[in-house]
Amino acid sequence: MALITYREAIKQALDEEIQRDENVCIMGEEVAQYNGAYKVTEGLWEKHGDKRVIDTPISEAAFSGLAIGASMLGVRPVIEMMFMSFSYVAIDQLFNNASFCRYMSGGLMNVPIVVRGPANGGTNVGATHSHTPENMVANHPGLKVVCPSNAYDAKGLMKAAIRDNDPVFVMENTLLYGEKWEVPEEEYIVELGVANILKEGTDMTIISHGRCAMLSLQAAKTLEEKHGISVEVVDLRSIRPLDEETILNSVKKTGRALLVEENKPYCGVDAQISHIIQLKAFDYLDGPIHRVSAIDAPQIYAKPLEDWQIPNEERIITGALKCLS
Amino acid sequence: MATPKKKSASTTKKATAKITDFAAAPINKSLSKEEKIDLYRTIIGIRRFEERSLRAYNQGKIGGFLHLYIGQEAVASGIVSLMEENDHIITAYRDHGHALAVGMSMNECMAEMFGKHTGCSKGKGGSMHFFAPDKNYWGGHGIVAGQTPLGAGLAFALKYKGLKGCAIAFLGDGAVNQGSFMETLNLVSLWGIPVVFVIENNGYSMGTSLKRSSAKENLAHRADGFDMAWEVCNGHDVFEVREVANRAMKRAREEHKPFLLEIQTYRYRGHSVADANHEKYRTKEEIEEYKRTKDPVNVIKQQLLDDGTLTEALAKKIDQEKKDEAEASAKFAEESPYAPRSEIQTDVYWEVDNDTDNKLKGTYFFND
Repeated sequence: MALITYREAIKQALDEEIQRDENVCIMGEEVAQYNGAYKVTEGLWEKHGDKRVIDTPISEAAFSGLAIGASMLGVRPVIEMMFMSFSYVAIDQLFNNASFCRYMSGGLMNVPIVVRGPANGGTNVGATHSHTPENMVANHPGLKVVCPSNAYDAKGLMKAAIRDNDPVFVMENTLLYGEKWEVPEEEYIVELGVANILKEGTDMTIISHGRCAMLSLQAAKTLEEKHGISVEVVDLRSIRPLDEETILNSVKKTGRALLVEENKPYCGVDAQISHIIQLKAFDYLDGPIHRVSAIDAPQIYAKPLEDWQIPNEERIITGALKCLS
Repeated sequence: MATPKKKSASTTKKATAKITDFAAAPINKSLSKEEKIDLYRTIIGIRRFEERSLRAYNQGKIGGFLHLYIGQEAVASGIVSLMEENDHIITAYRDHGHALAVGMSMNECMAEMFGKHTGCSKGKGGSMHFFAPDKNYWGGHGIVAGQTPLGAGLAFALKYKGLKGCAIAFLGDGAVNQGSFMETLNLVSLWGIPVVFVIENNGYSMGTSLKRSSAKENLAHRADGFDMAWEVCNGHDVFEVREVANRAMKRAREEHKPFLLEIQTYRYRGHSVADANHEKYRTKEEIEEYKRTKDPVNVIKQQLLDDGTLTEALAKKIDQEKKDEAEASAKFAEESPYAPRSEIQTDVYWEVDNDTDNKLKGTYFFND
């Protein structure tokens, strides 16, 4: 096992997949000669050249649509959104064309593209650069979306996404790019639709995804040490497809659920998770399901306020204690 | 670097000259008698098919929108007739003509509009979303200009894979003012992508005339801003369409260069059939004048009668065959079943549809 950053893990996945399949290419703003705005693609252009690692102009709608069209003829483009927030200018391409072409053609085609890039707040950049649109993506049947919380998952999910024959969004996180985790040297894949139990516990379940899963894990450790509460932490990893079984088994075991995500609460991913739990594990619940989400306002710029707006350990602990009260 | 061919003035001049000039062009002269008859067959086939679909729409058999191509038939017919093995096409929602031109059957197209399981998209797409990837036809797209970057992508794939071919992406004159199209023009010129954009300029983006929607009436001219070649021609004469488009397509295939082609055409019907007021934003005389002098069906028929390819009797026979085929397609559509409800959730994910050994993990659909 090697201790590598989340950024390095994604780069390894891209590098290995470019080498494995001649149809895999990566395109986006600054991905090639500049080495990536967040250095995720650093060195890949030098190694693989112009054909496989392609700088685009600032034209998300054009290069997203181009990637979709190319995928219809067997190219497997990975497109980088410098920020997932920028995908909003390509919504028609991504949410109409990538998601629905297969359906509207009665299954005559498929769109094997990956849309990847950071989707997170907490970086002091204001509302336009802080979106977490996994809920919007998941609301479009035809699209898939994953949110890796650590380097191991980032690499394994990225490889699975590239090999998948449907459009997959990989939601990364700039605050995780520099964090390190153990990652095996040998090749592995993390399948879509399989959640990960980060920590076992008996008193309550925290269900989370992305960086919030890591915050939840920290909070769970504090809850155990300071409050003597045994918390199970489920990291969804994949939002659509969704591992309902792991969610339900955990809640059935503990009887209590706290849902933690960086999304705004209204129609967030956890609104759906909450519904699934009440529908399928109602009789096992010992109390209402609680949620910790971003405080429901556009992302604020001021750093101390933004740090409070998105979930943090303190807010998660407060939420957990509410669940148990 | 692209050398823009600014031939708009000369082509306009040619258009007013004797139309048979284009028939004499090498690309048209090389057509066999049978190939010329096929062009007539395609053009009149589209006309008769759409006339029949209009009746079905008015009878309430076809739902949603019905964007008729009547008046524009020579454009798709001419360009599709130039397609080679590795050429691909894509268009917007006025897509019936292109579908029939690539060889889709009237049955599958009519059934799709009726929403039936026997339709080309199993009733999942409707009038605006016809597809036939096996015939290099990639739709049929409902959002104005949304198909233009996809067309660039088809062409990108050809270049990426080292295949000699081009993509033709059709759009309307209303689509030129969408941002995605202008972004795409820049990208294809910058990267040297073998795509030909064909603006089918019928003069109206829905009920808004060109004058009221575009700051400059010469739309192809915009290519200059992207250092891209362009040309303008007429769309009622299939031989003119073929002569001009052939140059653009050849250039794309051989030099990996994009081209913007504006074809001036006209639609007799409204934007869609629901656009009942179409005679309010233009005059009856305007429509009648086009029908009298530039109707694509009449123009090709007269050309082929003049050069001895067709006789009145053969023309009539082909017309009748197409009427019968259209009538039969309506009957086929009427008698076909709707897809079973279980089909609502198929064709969403490739991986789910192909999960024969049940290996997929997780929930894909979220119904209670």
